[in-house]
Amino acid sequence: MATTSNMFMYSLTIQPPTTITQALLGQFSGTKEQQIITASGSRLTLLQPDPRAGKVNTILSHDIFGIIRALATFRLAGSHKDYIIIASDSGRIAIVEYLPKTNKFSRIHLETFGKSAVRRVVPGQYLAADPKGRACLIASLEKNKLVYVLNRNAQAELTISSPLEAHKHGVLVLSLVALDVGYSNPVFAALEIDYSDADQDPTGQAGQEVEAQLVYYELDLGLNHVVRKWSDAVDPTSSLLFQVPGGNDGPSGVLVCGEENVTYRHSNQEAFRVPIPRRRGATEDPQRKRTIVSGVMHKLKGSAGAFFFLLQTDDGDLFKVTLDMVEDADGNPTGDVQRLKIKYFDTIPIAISLCILKSGFLFAACEFGNHSLYQFEKLGDDDEELEFTSEEFPTDPRAAYHPVYFHPRPLENLVLVESVDSMNPLVDCKVANLTGEDAPQIYSVCGNSARSTFRMLKHGLEVSEIVASELPGTPSAVWTTKLTKHDEYDAYIVLSFTNATLVLSIGETVEEVEESGFLTTVPTLAVQQMGEEGLIQVHPKGIRHIVQGRVNEWPAPQHRSIVAAATNENQVVIALSSGEIVYFEMDADGALAEYDEKKEMSGTVTSLSLGKVPEGLRRSSFLAVGCDDCTVRILSLDPASTLEMKSIQALTAAPSSLSIMAMEDSFGGTTLYLHIGLHSGVYLRTVLDEVTGELTDTRQKFLGPKPTKLFQVSVQGQPCVLALNTRPWLGYTDPLAKGFVMTPLSYVDLDFGWNFSSEQCLEGMVGIHSNFLRIFTVEKLGDNMIQKSIPLTYTPKKLVKHPDQPYFYTIESDNNTLPPELRQQLLAQNSTNGDAVTLPPAEFGYPKARGRWASCISIVDPLGEEPSVLQRIDLDNNEAAVSAAIVSFASQDGENFLIVGTGKDMVLNPRQFSEGYIHVYRFHEDGRDLEFIHKTKIEEPPMALVPFQGRLLVGIGKMLRIYDLGLKQLLRKAQADVAPQLIVSLSTQGNRIVVGDVQQGVTYVVYKPEGNKLLPFADDTVNRWTTCTTLVDYESVAGGDKFGNIWILRCPERASIESDEPGSEIQLVHAKNYLHGAPNRVSLMAHFYTQDLPTSITKTNLVVGGQDVLLWSGLQGTVGVFIPFVSREDVDFFQSLESHLRAEDPPLGGRDHLIYRGYYVPVKGVIDGDLCERFSLLPNDKKQMIAGELDRSVREIERKISVCFLASPFPT
Amino acid sequence: MADKLRKQQELERLQAKYIGTGHPDTTSWEWKTNIHRDTFSSIVGHPSLLSYLALAQNEPAIKVRAQLIRKMMQPAGPPPMREDDAGFEGGGGVE
Repeated sequence: MATTSNMFMYSLTIQPPTTITQALLGQFSGTKEQQIITASGSRLTLLQPDPRAGKVNTILSHDIFGIIRALATFRLAGSHKDYIIIASDSGRIAIVEYLPKTNKFSRIHLETFGKSAVRRVVPGQYLAADPKGRACLIASLEKNKLVYVLNRNAQAELTISSPLEAHKHGVLVLSLVALDVGYSNPVFAALEIDYSDADQDPTGQAGQEVEAQLVYYELDLGLNHVVRKWSDAVDPTSSLLFQVPGGNDGPSGVLVCGEENVTYRHSNQEAFRVPIPRRRGATEDPQRKRTIVSGVMHKLKGSAGAFFFLLQTDDGDLFKVTLDMVEDADGNPTGDVQRLKIKYFDTIPIAISLCILKSGFLFAACEFGNHSLYQFEKLGDDDEELEFTSEEFPTDPRAAYHPVYFHPRPLENLVLVESVDSMNPLVDCKVANLTGEDAPQIYSVCGNSARSTFRMLKHGLEVSEIVASELPGTPSAVWTTKLTKHDEYDAYIVLSFTNATLVLSIGETVEEVEESGFLTTVPTLAVQQMGEEGLIQVHPKGIRHIVQGRVNEWPAPQHRSIVAAATNENQVVIALSSGEIVYFEMDADGALAEYDEKKEMSGTVTSLSLGKVPEGLRRSSFLAVGCDDCTVRILSLDPASTLEMKSIQALTAAPSSLSIMAMEDSFGGTTLYLHIGLHSGVYLRTVLDEVTGELTDTRQKFLGPKPTKLFQVSVQGQPCVLALNTRPWLGYTDPLAKGFVMTPLSYVDLDFGWNFSSEQCLEGMVGIHSNFLRIFTVEKLGDNMIQKSIPLTYTPKKLVKHPDQPYFYTIESDNNTLPPELRQQLLAQNSTNGDAVTLPPAEFGYPKARGRWASCISIVDPLGEEPSVLQRIDLDNNEAAVSAAIVSFASQDGENFLIVGTGKDMVLNPRQFSEGYIHVYRFHEDGRDLEFIHKTKIEEPPMALVPFQGRLLVGIGKMLRIYDLGLKQLLRKAQADVAPQLIVSLSTQGNRIVVGDVQQGVTYVVYKPEGNKLLPFADDTVNRWTTCTTLVDYESVAGGDKFGNIWILRCPERASIESDEPGSEIQLVHAKNYLHGAPNRVSLMAHFYTQDLPTSITKTNLVVGGQDVLLWSGLQGTVGVFIPFVSREDVDFFQSLESHLRAEDPPLGGRDHLIYRGYYVPVKGVIDGDLCERFSLLPNDKKQMIAGELDRSVREIERKISVCFLASPFPT
Repeated sequence: MADKLRKQQELERLQAKYIGTGHPDTTSWEWKTNIHRDTFSSIVGHPSLLSYLALAQNEPAIKVRAQLIRKMMQPAGPPPMREDDAGFEGGGGVE
């Protein structure tokens, strides 16, 4: 298959996956500080919990271009630094170290052991490292286990041995941990099932009697081999193991967690077993058994042997499990276990990983929905919760016992400190511009069960406002200034009005300053603290220099006024109305000295900029002058060549604002930039050569229709540029990606802005918005997507938008959940005893009930004052909504109706149901209200609904059917069997329908109105397990499948034309089938493996006037775009850049990038933008090398990458 | 003859190393069992697929994972009787 195509797309991730598949704690920087390493999709992310602020900050996120399957951390004896082992789909084991200095992951070892990709017998599924850092075991789901010995050489470098095998045929592994054995030989414990007997027994008896075995594998360090040391049968329902501290800290061994039991097991100890308490409550099924889904062990500091477990059940209840030791005659604990104890601790959402930090926090990486950080209030030591001990229960898993119960209650031991936004699982998403801003917003539904949300995603930075105070008039400008050079905070706010200046002091209260020395009867052009304790006020008639109350005035020449000024700590430049430029410098005595020559400019000067005085120097050596003849000139300020012109740049419009700034760049140093704002609203950024003053590498961006004003501000100690237009923008260097980004602030439009620093607000900004003075801060750079969320009721399945109104409709359904009417009934029955307390479902979940469905339709108003769900319609009768669409029926004069497809008594696997229905709802109050009209019974739950030529098109199993709206029910108009298995997606244009099948790819169908027939005419060559499709153009369809691929297919041109020819009906009906399929086959245009499972794909336009892109959302919370390439030249450039990057920056996990992106089908017609963006993170020499090979400069390449980004939704 | 023997040995080595490598006498049951085991292990191994199933079933992923691994034990029922090599109806559908 040719991997080249005549269609090329640039794939870019706008939002990386927010799921966490594993989180581990460690000291990765080599300091005492604890950090959390997480695996999310293909990304390795390092989080830094900040105990003081109660926040979790992302330090580093690295795309390894491979599926991270398991992580483990270890520390060599005597070292203070934790290393990370990555088990990915590369068939290799990678050991990675975090380098805090360069903020990078660096790979130390990479050992190949098997084939790549996720396979049954290739290790990678399980990974465990010895607690003393001497060995690690990597295992596959079946059969294979490899042990690597970790050691250090004479140079204290980490070494890794060749692998030792511990394979056993016919063995499935359920869970694997390393045992804590102190310094004896490392032991690993595996929970295994052996199926080899069952495979030989035709009677099926052996299959029934299969036991779960707990097996110990010992690595004999002396003999350098692995032995199966001990094994014993455990409860057959067991599925999870936890390590119990050993050595000096405890008895060693494992906790084996099965259905309703936690058992302590070790080779030289008795077994101890406690049941998992069941929930007591009116709506709880008293027979339901719980299992442990996650947990964490924590050793308490100070006292040896003190540790506890927090284990979480499938309800989210946390249980504290502790071990008691046998005491000897003196009352000292011996090495023998006496009993196991369990008691209820608290309830939090179901977590994948739990991390207990030394600082007293619990980080819960939740399976679905937001991750959370809790603080421990207490450890549940002396509360009134019932404690159950192993003495009361038999150790034999088959023996009878009385179940135990507890009452769930709100958090007592934990306090929620922070919730980290996570869109995982992202089920559906739509793009719309409802707020009327320049860029559209992304609306999505995510989360599961009671924690599901409707989220609005907007490009921008979050701003927190500190003060907004009304002023007597409307000022035109605002400044803040210190009084002396050594002041820490600003002392004055200076406001300039059309004919006056107001000076305010900053303090407890803001008051007008009378004796400031400022001239208050004129407007002000610039304010600056100069020299030791001087202040400068530039006004149209002159410059006022105030030193300790004394005032020196430099008057402007007669008949001329000052039109523009630029200042810094040592220099002042003004432009006169005659076009002359006057330059002043502070002399040694602190007086302002005028340079004797004036420089005459060709046009009127519109703006000036000096830039800050570089550290250690006396002056900034460049002056930028913008004139109304659409030019910017760079003048030298060096004593030898004062006011000589260095360079000139022509612009498309007159500059309205200039700013010279040194900013961090991707080379690791700083670069001097000249930022230019134009009257036309365009913003330009050019590099200003620090030696020659040349202007190079210009990048531009349109910010809005007003003249752009620029100001230098500081955020997180970083110089940033604040650009004001119809809304404020902030230009900064992204802390993670190191590239320059221009992001809108989510704030009111400002007319003027300035830095602000006071005791209460160290790094703020002050701005003017009509007659309001506003002080605000930007707290988090880098996180440039703003999320707003609205809680929903059940797991969302689909999102539809009203065609004209700003309302969304979601269908939600939860399997195995008690529907509300049954809940009410049970509560009413039990109202007499004390069990009828309802706890908030968002934390405690809904009561479960096998085979029951809870489902509803919600109307969401995302724009209202209080964004909320306006109405909820619960479905009864054990029906669950599966699909939804809004259809305007031509027979009803184009009136819109909400159509919802439901299934009754559905069982997911194997697929079963009793009936299917289509509900019709009428809109009232512009869509704020729904009225049920009727429902139509059909054969199967309809998985796809779509409006089609004023009627409704439904996919019912294999059948495609057209319905019209009748009075009592829907009226069948046309139908045909078109799909091989089950229709899950439909997209239409004209008479063409593209049908996506759950397993068999897509089929093109044409509707023939003359004969009222639906005729398939082209289908797919590959089985694609379609999840979503959208038509890109009349011939092409883009879609995603369950395995994480995104593809674009195109129908052959001839077949496409023939299908639409009038009278081709007979031809199509009698066309010869080709290889048991439709007469034609579609061809593949593009194919790309995304790792995440695409849940929706839409063709949309994300910037005004920009090109159309394909936006897709992934289950793990990924949002990505595919941007079409326009020129072949660019494709060639990016292809060679890709191949260089693959060679120079090979993926961390050892996966071959090209094979990864072509996981199922060779990648075709797609450039991986995520890989190209890594260019800016390379060290300089590699960048130079690649640039040399590509015959371009480094800047040119970076510019090309960012220009590609420009076409994308949220350009820099 | 030696060539044939070597080929035979090579095949046996492959069959031992990679479970599921076929041979001329692979039965329908063996093939089915093997395919199902591969499918389940693939779902367990791909985090996004596993959470897709877990989300639909409204169960924690860990629980779904354990269920799938247990299903790998006998995905197509017990093996057929030796004498009777006729067709065999397997259970365990894959979603």
